Amino acid sequence: MSVARLLPLIVAVPMFGAALLVGAGRRLPRHAAEVLGCVFSGGAAALALGALAATSGAAPRPAEWVGGWRPRHGAGVGIVLVGDPVGLGLAALVSVLVLASLAYAWRYFDEPPPRHAGSYPGLVLLFQAGMCGFALTGDLFNAFVFFELMGVVAYALTGYRVEEARPVQGALIFALVNSLGGYAALLGIGLLYARTGELGLAQIGARLDAHPGGPDPLLVAAFTLVAAGLLVKAAAVPFHFWLADAHAVAPTPVCMLLSGVMVELGLYGTARVYWTVFAGPGGIPGAAVHRALLVLGVLTALLGAVMCWLQRHLKRLLAYSTVAHTGVFLVGLATLGPRGTGGVVLYVLGHAGVKAALFACTGVLLDRYGSVDEHQLHGRARELPWVGGLFAVGGLALAGLPPFGTALGKAVVEEAAGGWATALCVAVSAATGGAVLRAAARVFLGLGARHPADAPAPGEEGGEETTGKDEEPETRGGLLSRIPDTMQVVPAVLLAGALAVGLLPGLRAAAGRAAAAFTDHRGYTASVLHGVPAPPAAGEPPDWSAAGILWGLLATALAVALALAAVRRPVPREAARWTVPLRRLHSGHAGDYVAWFLAGVTVLAALVL
Amino acid sequence: MNAIGENAMGVLPYAVAGWLFLMGCYGLATSRNLIHAVGCLAVCQASTYVLLLAIGYRRGGTAPVFSDVTPGSRPVVDPVVQALVLTDIVIGATVTALLLSLVIQIAKRHRTVDPDELSELRG
Repeated sequence: MSVARLLPLIVAVPMFGAALLVGAGRRLPRHAAEVLGCVFSGGAAALALGALAATSGAAPRPAEWVGGWRPRHGAGVGIVLVGDPVGLGLAALVSVLVLASLAYAWRYFDEPPPRHAGSYPGLVLLFQAGMCGFALTGDLFNAFVFFELMGVVAYALTGYRVEEARPVQGALIFALVNSLGGYAALLGIGLLYARTGELGLAQIGARLDAHPGGPDPLLVAAFTLVAAGLLVKAAAVPFHFWLADAHAVAPTPVCMLLSGVMVELGLYGTARVYWTVFAGPGGIPGAAVHRALLVLGVLTALLGAVMCWLQRHLKRLLAYSTVAHTGVFLVGLATLGPRGTGGVVLYVLGHAGVKAALFACTGVLLDRYGSVDEHQLHGRARELPWVGGLFAVGGLALAGLPPFGTALGKAVVEEAAGGWATALCVAVSAATGGAVLRAAARVFLGLGARHPADAPAPGEEGGEETTGKDEEPETRGGLLSRIPDTMQVVPAVLLAGALAVGLLPGLRAAAGRAAAAFTDHRGYTASVLHGVPAPPAAGEPPDWSAAGILWGLLATALAVALALAAVRRPVPREAARWTVPLRRLHSGHAGDYVAWFLAGVTVLAALVL
Repeated sequence: MNAIGENAMGVLPYAVAGWLFLMGCYGLATSRNLIHAVGCLAVCQASTYVLLLAIGYRRGGTAPVFSDVTPGSRPVVDPVVQALVLTDIVIGATVTALLLSLVIQIAKRHRTVDPDELSELRG
C-alpha cells in the first residue's frame, strides 16, 4: 500500500470514530466511549506518523486523487490530498495532541447526561478529522469545507457546558467572527475560480503562472479575502479578539487543542495558499506579502505580549500569550524563505507542547479550587508542588529557555528575520514567560502581597477586566479532592515532547527539509499535477547557534526578573491608566469585533497593494 | 439598449454580492439583538451564493441536467459552482442552527439577547 493511499484514512478514521460514537453512544457505557475515542485518535496518529516516516526523504510528495478523479492535461475537478511533510507533520501533531487531550479528560469530565457518553469524544474526533483534512488537502474549496468543519465543531466544544453563562457567550462570539472570516475566504476562492476556472491549489498556481505580470485588482482582492479569512483563525491582530473570549470559557482539554494547534493551522493555511497559489510570477509580489505579514506579525506580537502581562485570569493570560506567539510565527513566515519557515515549524511544535501543558496545569487548578484567578488563588496551591513545578517549567520554556523546542525555533526565526526581530522575540518571550512565572510564584509559592480583597476588585461591577473567580469546575462531583494521575502525567509528557523538539537532531533536519519543500512553489505544482520528483532541498538544516542560546538565556532571565519584580511590588488597587484603552478595545462585543474585522481587511488590502 | 443591458447585467450580480456582504457586516456590527445578528451572518453568506452563481453563469445557458439535453447541443451554466453553492448552503444551515441554539442558551442564562448587555468577558 503506497503512502498516498494512507492520506484519506488519516481523515476518515477519526471521522468514522465520531460517527460510531454518535451512533452507538446511547448504548455505550462511559469508559467504553472514552476508550473508543482514544483508539480512533491514536490510530490516526499512528497513520500520520507512519506516513511521515515513509515520506521523510522521498520525493515526490504523495498525492491521492480521491475517487480516482485525476486531472487530464492539467485540468480537472477532482479533489486531491497531498502528503507534503509540513501538512503531514501538522496532521501528526493534531492527532497526538488530540490523544493527549482525550487522555487528560479521561474520567475527569463532569458526568455527561445519561445516554450521551459518546458526545464529547465524538465531537473531539470530528474536530481532529477537520483539522487533519485541512492540513492535508490540496484543494482550495475543500480547505474551506474543512476550515468550516473544524470551526463548527470548535464552536460546539467551546460552548460544551451550555448551562453556564460565560461559555455560551464566548462560543457565540467565536462562531460569529470565525464564520464571517470563512465567508470572506469563500468570496476570495470564488474570485480565484472566476479567474482560473480551477479550485486545486496546484492548478490555480499553474494557471496564474501562465500569465506572468503584475497583480491586478482582482488577484489582490482574492488574496486579501482568503488571507483575511485564514488570519481570523490564526488570531492575527486585528482579527484576534475572539481568541481570548473563546479560550477563557472553553473546557480545558479543548483549550489545549485550540491554542496548541488550531490557531497555528490558520497560519499554515495562509502560508500554504501563498506558496502554492500566489508565489509564482503570475501571483502577488513577494515584497507586498512580506510587508503585510510583517506588519501584522509585529502588531500581533506586541499587543499579545502586553495583554498577556495584564491578565489575572489564567486562561486568558495563556490565550494572549498564544496571540503573542502567533505574531512571532507571522514574523518568521514573513521572511518568505525556507530558513524562517523551518524555524516556525520547530517553534510551532515546541509551542504546542508547552502551551497544552500550561493549559493542563491550569485545568488542575480550576478543578481543585473552582477558580483560575491569579489573586484569588494566591498561595492556595502550595500543596501541589508537582503541578506547580510543571507550570513553572512551562513558563520557562515559553520564555525560551534552551534546550526547549521553543527556544530553538525562536533562535532560528531571529536569525532569519534579522536583528530587530531578535529584540521583538526577546521582548515577547520575556513578557509572556514572565507573566506565567509571575502567576506561578503567586499561586504555587504564595510570594508577594495579596490583592487588596476588601475593596471590590476592578473586574466587578462594570470594570474593564475579566477575573477568573468563581468558575465552575469541570469535574464530576464538584471540586477535586485528589488530582487524578492522568491530569498530572499528560502535562509532563507534553513538556518532555517540547524538550525533545529542541534536542533531537533528526527532527531539525526533517524540519529543514519540510520547510524547503513547503516553500517550493514550482516543486509543489510539478509534484501534484505531474508526479515529478522535486529536486532535493539544498541548504543546511536549522540548528542551535551560540547567539540563539544566549538570547534564549537572556529572555529567560528577563522573564524571571520581570516575574520577581511584579510579585514584590504591592498589587495596585486599580489598573494603571494607560492599560484602560487597551482593555476597552477587548470589549467582548461581537459587533465591535466585526467592525475590527472589516478594518483589518482594509488594512491588509492596503498593505498588499 | 441591449448592449447597455448586457453590460449592466454583467456587473450587477457582483455588485449585489459585494453589497450583500457589506450590509451583512453592517448589520452584525450594529446589531442590538443576537437573533438579528445571526440573520445578518446569513446575509453575508448569501453574498457568497450570489457571487458563485454569477461566476458560473453563461449567456443563454440552461441548467446542467443532461437527462433531456444532449451534451454539447446547447450551452449550460457551470455545474461546479452549483455544487459549491450546495455545499455552502449545507455549511450555512449547520452554522445557523448552532448559532441559534447558542442564542437560546444565552437568552436562558443571561436573560437578554442584546449584545450590549452581555458583559461577562472583557479586557
